[in-house]
Amino acid sequence: MNCDEFVELVTAFLDGALDDDTEQRFVEHLALCEGCETYLDQFRSTIGSLGELPPDSLSADARDRLLSAFRDFRRS
Amino acid sequence: MGRESALPPDDVLVGRLQAGDERAFRLLLDSWSGGMLRIARAYVSTAASAEEVVQETWLAVIRGVHGFEGRSTLKTWVHRILINTAKTRGRKESRTVPMEPAPEDTGPTVDRSRFRTADDPYPGHWRSDRAPQPWAQPEELLLAGETRRVLGAALDALPARHRVVITLRDIEGYGSDEVCSLLGISAGNQRVLLHRARAEVRRRLEESFTVREEGMRP
Repeated sequence: MNCDEFVELVTAFLDGALDDDTEQRFVEHLALCEGCETYLDQFRSTIGSLGELPPDSLSADARDRLLSAFRDFRRS
Repeated sequence: MGRESALPPDDVLVGRLQAGDERAFRLLLDSWSGGMLRIARAYVSTAASAEEVVQETWLAVIRGVHGFEGRSTLKTWVHRILINTAKTRGRKESRTVPMEPAPEDTGPTVDRSRFRTADDPYPGHWRSDRAPQPWAQPEELLLAGETRRVLGAALDALPARHRVVITLRDIEGYGSDEVCSLLGISAGNQRVLLHRARAEVRRRLEESFTVREEGMRP
């Protein structure tokens, strides 16, 4: 497997979606190629950083309005 | 599925909502709205629009929960309403989001010039001067705020079809099957969109780390 093929298979690999043969070639290439090992690490770091983005939140106004709407709906 | 602390099981939650238990509603509101805002933001053009989409969604949930039959999880049901609402709003703002890969999504995700050419003894391998370099992460380099800013800019610059998938998968932590179900797309198409999005975000992080590293050199 060449590096230019490796880089296109990273997401499929991480999803466990590669067929056995391709996965084997992928892993073998990974063991031999520092550049691709780094690339895979960077993909993982990218995914990890995205997962750590702080959550958004509703404005206090919107939240209050929705709580009122819930209360009002119950009464009607 | 999704990042959140444990909620009561669906049948308990639904029962409480249907009985008008405000604490149950508040719990859902506070647990899910953050993620819903991010997802809505992937479809519409402003944060204000995203908040309106989320509000409309919760209103629909309030009105519709009495008819909820449990054919899907409560969360899936709420998020389907969200996505339909966001799509409708996005259309009104002339932002249609066809959720399949565009022709330009099928090409290579890494600049071809980073690889050796056919006449080289190792065609298709990284050129030594263009291979990925490990990201140095001393405290000064990986300032959380700066990384978040770069991620935010990268997400904003993505085509909406990429932003929706990467938001659901990598920010909100939904699995592949769930995302396919929510968006009505095949696993293969989802993967093409996700891979493209991740490759672009990685590239932007690499770019920013390189600039910062160079900025640190005497």
